[in-house]
Amino acid sequence: MNKQPMSQKTFRDTDMQAVIGWILRLGVLLSMSIIFIGGVIYLYRHGQVIADSHTFKGVPDFVHNTRGILNGIITFRGRAIIQAGIILLIATPIIRVIFSAIGFILEKDYLYIGITLLVLLIITASMLSGHAG
Amino acid sequence: MMSVIVLTLILFIGSYFAGLLGSLTGLGGGFVIIPLLTLVLHVDIHYAIGASLVSVIATSSGSAAAYVKEGITNIRLGMFLEIATTAGAMVGALIAVYIPTNFIAILFGIILITSAIMSLRKKAELINQEKSPLAEKLKLNSSFPTPNGPVNYSVKNVGGGFFMMGFAGVISGLLGIGSGALKVLAMDTIMRIPFKVSTTTSNFMIGVTAAASAVVYLQRGYIDPGLSMPVAIGVLLGALSGSKILVHTNSSGWLRWVFAVVVSFLAVQMIYNGFIGKI
Repeated sequence: MNKQPMSQKTFRDTDMQAVIGWILRLGVLLSMSIIFIGGVIYLYRHGQVIADSHTFKGVPDFVHNTRGILNGIITFRGRAIIQAGIILLIATPIIRVIFSAIGFILEKDYLYIGITLLVLLIITASMLSGHAG
Repeated sequence: MMSVIVLTLILFIGSYFAGLLGSLTGLGGGFVIIPLLTLVLHVDIHYAIGASLVSVIATSSGSAAAYVKEGITNIRLGMFLEIATTAGAMVGALIAVYIPTNFIAILFGIILITSAIMSLRKKAELINQEKSPLAEKLKLNSSFPTPNGPVNYSVKNVGGGFFMMGFAGVISGLLGIGSGALKVLAMDTIMRIPFKVSTTTSNFMIGVTAAASAVVYLQRGYIDPGLSMPVAIGVLLGALSGSKILVHTNSSGWLRWVFAVVVSFLAVQMIYNGFIGKI
């Protein structure tokens, strides 16, 4: 993978692999713990309610926008906490891409800095287009 | 009529087995989750796609963490191809709103059968040494560790692989699956990448591809926390058990056949229900 002499480079591909592996592990562990805690609270409070997901009607406000979710977390609403965990989970691979960009900057690999930024740009565009629709 | 706690338990157990089978066969959990939610539990397909996407990100990120450390994953190749998969996923998620749900069900069935057949075909491992100028320029040629020391390989047909990845991205965004089989197809058959590298690199890319469409689904209200919670936890735990079993048993041949039969049955059901308009 790396043909340059080791002494020439302070940050190498193997370092990036270690950092990426660590971010992915931490992100999954943390988000799944939050989802689990939210799930316990949700089931404790709403476990006996009749489930209705046969027809699509979106999701309630307190799990849809940022302010609603923050409010929901403060007031200890299970589904708001789950949704926060899900957002962290979705963010995990995106954070991984950001750290790859930093890695390529440290390696001075300009081609891959460009490629990584392009991927981030596409994800940002996707985020904005979802909002518009 | 079912209470939330009963539905959650059913979802959790079903998702666990979906994750287990998905990991043992390499097809991913989404292929069982969506038929389970829509056909068996009559959940709206939009919620099913949202929950499946969340579980796809969890399993892909969880297993990628292990593979990346082993140094098999080709990070540059993954990064480069993610341009195609994320752009495709964005397109897929955006057009999903305008496509009738019964068409999505039929398309899901077709992709499901294709992936199952592809997972059954024999894989001939050959290491490509042919140099491609574009692959050289993009620094895609690499090596992977084996017990007998590192093996160098070269990447062929970069343009063709990139195009196929864009298609895999659209399918992933449209159906809420990882479309790992399509990604592996692009890397194995078109780009001639060694099987070990293509499967781990595909897995590495699935998370960010799914995230690119999940940001759209999240804002459209397709990701329901109550449904996604048991699905994500179940699939992840199932996939973890699957990877433990894989370490202990080498012969997953018969299992692939069992899964192929199950998957074909589900696929036919999805297509049938799509045609009669029940989904």
